[in-house]
Amino acid sequence: MSVSLSALKVPALRYRFSSETLLKLLFLLAALALMLIGLALPLYTMLLKSLQNGAGDFIGLANYRHYFSTPALANSIFNSFYIAILTMVLVVSLAFMCAYGITRTCMPGKRFFRVLTLLPILAPSLLPAISLVYIFGNQGYLKELLGGASIYGPIGIVIGMCFWIFPHALMILVTALSNSDARLYEAAKAMKTSAFRTFMTVTLPGVRYGLMSCSFVVFTLAITDFGVPKVIGGQYNLLATDIYKQVVGQQNFQMGAVVSVILLLPAVFTFIADRWVQRRQTSQLSARAVPYQPEPSRVRDWTFALLCYAVAGFILLIIGTAVYASLIQFWPYNLSFTLQHYRFDGLGGNGWESWFNSLKMAGGVALIGTLVIFTNAWLVEKSKEFPVLRQSVHLFSILPMAVPGMVLGLAYIFFFNHPSNPLNFLYGTLAILILNTLIHFYTVCHLTSMTALKQLDPEFESVGASLKVPFWRTYTRVTLPVSLPAVLDISVYLFVNAMTTVSAVVFLYGPDTRLASVSVLHLDEAGYFASAAAMAVLILLTSMAVKVMHAGVTFLLLRKAQSWRQR
Amino acid sequence: MKNTLIHTLKKATLALSVATALTAQALSATELTVYTAVESDDLQKYAQRFNQAHPDISVRWVRDSTGVMTARLLAEKENPRADVIWGLAATSLLMLDAEDMLHPYAPVGVENLDPKFVDQNTPPAWVGMDAWVAAICYNTIEGEKQGVPMPTSWEDLTRPEYQGHVIMPNPSSSGTGYLDVASWIQLFGEEKAWEYMDGLHNNISRYTHSGSAPCNLAASGEAVVGVSFAFRAARLKSQGAPIEIVFPSEGLGWDMEAAAIVKGTQNLEAAQTLMDWIVSREANEMYNEGYAVVAMPGVAKPIENYPLDIVERMIDNDFSFAAVNRDRILQEWQRRYDGKTEAR
Repeated sequence: MSVSLSALKVPALRYRFSSETLLKLLFLLAALALMLIGLALPLYTMLLKSLQNGAGDFIGLANYRHYFSTPALANSIFNSFYIAILTMVLVVSLAFMCAYGITRTCMPGKRFFRVLTLLPILAPSLLPAISLVYIFGNQGYLKELLGGASIYGPIGIVIGMCFWIFPHALMILVTALSNSDARLYEAAKAMKTSAFRTFMTVTLPGVRYGLMSCSFVVFTLAITDFGVPKVIGGQYNLLATDIYKQVVGQQNFQMGAVVSVILLLPAVFTFIADRWVQRRQTSQLSARAVPYQPEPSRVRDWTFALLCYAVAGFILLIIGTAVYASLIQFWPYNLSFTLQHYRFDGLGGNGWESWFNSLKMAGGVALIGTLVIFTNAWLVEKSKEFPVLRQSVHLFSILPMAVPGMVLGLAYIFFFNHPSNPLNFLYGTLAILILNTLIHFYTVCHLTSMTALKQLDPEFESVGASLKVPFWRTYTRVTLPVSLPAVLDISVYLFVNAMTTVSAVVFLYGPDTRLASVSVLHLDEAGYFASAAAMAVLILLTSMAVKVMHAGVTFLLLRKAQSWRQR
Repeated sequence: MKNTLIHTLKKATLALSVATALTAQALSATELTVYTAVESDDLQKYAQRFNQAHPDISVRWVRDSTGVMTARLLAEKENPRADVIWGLAATSLLMLDAEDMLHPYAPVGVENLDPKFVDQNTPPAWVGMDAWVAAICYNTIEGEKQGVPMPTSWEDLTRPEYQGHVIMPNPSSSGTGYLDVASWIQLFGEEKAWEYMDGLHNNISRYTHSGSAPCNLAASGEAVVGVSFAFRAARLKSQGAPIEIVFPSEGLGWDMEAAAIVKGTQNLEAAQTLMDWIVSREANEMYNEGYAVVAMPGVAKPIENYPLDIVERMIDNDFSFAAVNRDRILQEWQRRYDGKTEAR
């Protein structure tokens, strides 16, 4: 590669442009190929089933007619939207206030708070479900707080979803709020603009893109999640649990595909809305920008601190309860302490093996995923050539979030296990788990990258080009270092999600690649609640350890690469 | 520092590769990929007992719940990955057989099994292992506290004192739930059964998505009465849960755990060896450690938590009735109970 490039460079400078363009084209095509193989083709194979009968014959829209004639359907759609919108409003407003506290105030204990808010994504989704039952269930120690209402229904679903979606929202909003131009605030101050007006005219417009994409992410995550409603939702019907009923309860892939298609609609809507917002987004962090440094203000700082501590307290309550659950003999009838649940009795001895598999898988996803996703986002955002190609990569990057994990998992079976697929050797290996997980969690990472990249002035690229610096050098010397916080967040995000994911991989693991998160599910199913909590806590501790290591290693890196932000 | 780390790593890798080579040699020739829904804490035991007789075949498990495993097998139809299915509901195997995914084989000694436990075709597409019986889990502590008496029959559950205290699996999500509904229809007749379920529905606090959940929830005091199955109930009771296992007097619905060879396996000979062992007396004695009813007559010894006359109390289950009418029954169930399942 390097030989051919230098060979191209030699003849004349005017060829450089085309060779760079060619390289960009190759990268973009590779990104597109990844999306086709990892997402589009498997989904197509799956969704085709919605137009077929059980025997595989094409029957047009008959399945849809059948589904729309089901009486429970209207209920499911209404419930799904109700839950998703409620969760969106709660999570986005809370996350915005917390992100504001982190980035724009001098509240005490910021770093500690950030670590705490990360905890929910470090834990498998069954952890809040188990904890919520211990806290608010019929035997729960705080059930009076619900005033007689049952946790097994919309209340439990919304609390559980808020718990695990909150960190996702916070990650996007912190990125959006942390790139700011202090000069705007200085100007506002010089003109004696009121704090409220400054907020409305400077702060909010600056994070509009982040706020919108955050809302879309939360909405889509909430509407597609089936983990929380399955365990705690009781009989409250949602579209996502309808898929579960069809696929796992009745092995009716055709109807499962029908519901999946209906659930994909919000994603299409998201894409259109995203385009609409984006057209109005101007980059805020120009090449001459000066990062904003908040001034201390006692009242403001403590208001935000108290709010953030309340959120952190709730998170700690949930996690503390799970730790407690893993340490007592038999809830709620024998409350003596024991460590025996960490022997994972219900797993017949290979509990730790699955933990090791999870570690390998998560490491692979974090390493490969971060590189691939950020580079692809950069190609989409910062190149000028091949708009159609870039747009299709972007569309495919938004899509994965709207695909319920179960659907993605089954789609992978249909596509990769097909005898005529040359890639079918991947099936049952760790590699397919890595690919699947990478794609499954692609969207939030992509949006985070885009948010970070949008705030970088395109002048960086123009200056690079006019200085005749090849684009990859601008990328590795300027863009990547400047975006390092976002890049590092992405890698941790991928790692911890890979440690905890269940819904897709449950269809894909092989005899040698069983994962710890799947073990939690098995233990819970078998009634070993305490061992399930123990495995969940073990996963949590692992992710925490990795997070701490990661923070340590990158602290120095960051200090070096980000020193320009300090004044 | 760095050098020593690399050195240690190298040594570890070397040791690891030697160990892998050795174990690979010890396990030698054939590896069988076996799909199962048997409880994960039993898998090691199953493989070990088999290996005592056949050390040359190693069993590589893929285990999940019945619904997930069945969905996965059906999805893999074009290119099956499993060699053998050992421990999946017979109703699931009927579905797989209807898709022509099983390799019929008459294991050596299959004639020693109760014919009820063997597929009617010759050679049989699948063979049964043990029966998996419906039961009610009743939490004694909560029952006393909340004044809910212990039920003795299915009919009891419709009485007013059970209102809001009964949990059962949703038949659209759970095989156990469907087993209950299908068995009531066979026990009471179709019309009476729906009447019964109308009454039951009034008392249900919620329907769950998993068949073992109702019993798990009864064991942890989240519900007083959970409609579930006996195996799970017995396990929980021996773990120390304050539950009584009720075997309703009208009769017990049941399904069996069964085994089959997957069509297209590359290891047919080893798969057949495993099937031969699966129907052996030794294996049946092993099933009997957890299940009161096993496929080979005369083997089963009474075990803890099960009544002595359990075989007589199991209904004459018509598996093909349950399979053929599944869509129709589930639709009727959804029409009656699923449309009005807003939270209470």
